[in-house]
Amino acid sequence: MSIDRRSIALHVGLITVLFVGCFALNDYHQGNVARILVLATYAIGYNVMFGYTGLLSLGHAMFFAAGLYGLGMAMHYGGLPAIPAFVVGLICAAVLSALVAVLALRTIGVAFMIVTLMFAQSVFLAILYFGDWTRGDEGFVIAQSTRQVLGLDLTDPVTRYLAALALFSAALLITARMMHVRFGRVLIAVRENEERTRMLGYDVFRHKFLAVVISGTISGAAGAGYGLLFGYVGATFASVQYSIFPLLWVLLGGAGTTIGPLVGTIFMFYLIDYSSALTNAYMLIAGVVLVLLTLFARAGIMGEIRKRWAPWLP
Amino acid sequence: MAAMTLLETKGLTKVYGGLSANEDVDFVLPAGQVHALIGPNGAGKSTFVGMVSGRIPATAGEVWFDGQDITHVPAHKRMKMGMAYTFQITAIYARLSLFENIALALGSRDNRAAKAALERVGLADRADQIAGDLSYGHQRLLEIAMGVAQAPRLLILDEPTQGLAESEIEGFNTLIRSLAGETTILLIEHNMNVVMALAEEITVLDNGRFLARGTPDDIRNNKQVQDAYLGSG
Ligand SMILES: Nc1ncnc2c1ncn2[C@@H]1O[C@H](COP(=O)(O)OP(=O)(O)OP(=O)(O)O)[C@@H](O)[C@H]1O
Ligand SMILES: [Mg+2]
Repeated sequence: MSIDRRSIALHVGLITVLFVGCFALNDYHQGNVARILVLATYAIGYNVMFGYTGLLSLGHAMFFAAGLYGLGMAMHYGGLPAIPAFVVGLICAAVLSALVAVLALRTIGVAFMIVTLMFAQSVFLAILYFGDWTRGDEGFVIAQSTRQVLGLDLTDPVTRYLAALALFSAALLITARMMHVRFGRVLIAVRENEERTRMLGYDVFRHKFLAVVISGTISGAAGAGYGLLFGYVGATFASVQYSIFPLLWVLLGGAGTTIGPLVGTIFMFYLIDYSSALTNAYMLIAGVVLVLLTLFARAGIMGEIRKRWAPWLP
Repeated sequence: MAAMTLLETKGLTKVYGGLSANEDVDFVLPAGQVHALIGPNGAGKSTFVGMVSGRIPATAGEVWFDGQDITHVPAHKRMKMGMAYTFQITAIYARLSLFENIALALGSRDNRAAKAALERVGLADRADQIAGDLSYGHQRLLEIAMGVAQAPRLLILDEPTQGLAESEIEGFNTLIRSLAGETTILLIEHNMNVVMALAEEITVLDNGRFLARGTPDDIRNNKQVQDAYLGSG
């Protein structure tokens, strides 16, 4: 099989397995995987910037939150139906990421990390500051009756799972396609050697800018999807913790691989889930596993698989 | 009829702190010529081509390419206008395959075009290898192949033969001769055998300043150049 065919088979196969999972899994895991799919969408967004373009952001929670609050406020206060509210969420994330890109891309390396961290912190504090509207830490609930799309009830577990899968699949296929065409190849080139890429005639700034906007918008789509499917909007999702999560998921699953973000999110979710059933010190177990992985599987799970057995993995 | 001018610099100057790495360099390069730029270490050769390619902003002066003032045009646009640049210190994508490296230079993933471009430096059978695993000489050849693959009008080569074996230098000379005529080449080179074999004209820089220009024979017999650079051979 050619690389293209293998890559298509991989992505379509994965989506099919997840689709079957909706009906094969018990209620508990079905609920978990629905949540994982939305969070993995967030990780896919993060991966565009970190894994493929080599830009390490410590502030992605602001994009997730932009989508989450964009949708949440539009529904809660604006009375908008789900789909227009989702679009509002996307626009909020796209505008914020364009703004952050223009300002943060003036810096590189550690300075870039710190600038993104500071931006995210400002967004977090703004959410708390406007607590009258955002309900701050406590957050607010999006009424169940409004969480409907085309006559489908998104609060129903099966519908919710399938909606989460649709969101995840869109993000997965968009990034897989993107990394297949020249634009994505140039992002990798920027990551590998910026100066060489510039001197081959590519507009490095433009590519980085678009990477940040695409990354931020996918992350925002995940945030909007989260609000819509789980009905809760709160400031925790804008906190530093939520900026670190996607970094961990992507590192674990394999930075710069298309399905690594999902693998990492599943791995971490169930690692915490199982270890917290065993002991109160579940973060310790999670920490030890993370350390082992970074010692023995530097490239993350899918990254190691690519290195050892499947160099064609996209 | 005088040949068309492809590249021209007027009073090009670069000052680092107190040091003038280039001072008031006027230079004219006719289209189609293979031109060598020589001079002692630190003479300002890399700085000069850096300003020509846009990697290094000029402190003063102008760069004209194909009749246009490009002094303020960013580097990537200059490349799009038809320049290609190979670095003195090898700059390839070390973690990507040779095919990926060439595809990025070509701007296309056409397998045959990539193979043909690698073939020009004898690396076609290594297309699937990771560039960083190549020997140093082969990495240099890859970088040269990338420059050639861009099908530039002006190819700037900064010490391309440094680190190449004798046989590879032969191959390099053949490659450059095959481009001569269509591609204008600005070649920085310390290996005088290569310079004498390839260059139609030579410019000598010394201490950031223009020292001399002429045919290989002129330069070989130039007293000033002998003192500054060639030694009394
Ligand atoms: N970024 C920089 N900052 C300060 N000084 C620099 C910088 N780059 C070059 N120089 C100085 O400018 C002068 C010219 O350097 P350049 O690299 O252009 O010389 P060169 O002719 O290419 O030498 P070589 O043959 O060793 O490559 C040198 O004295 C060098 O130390
Ligand atoms: Mg030099």
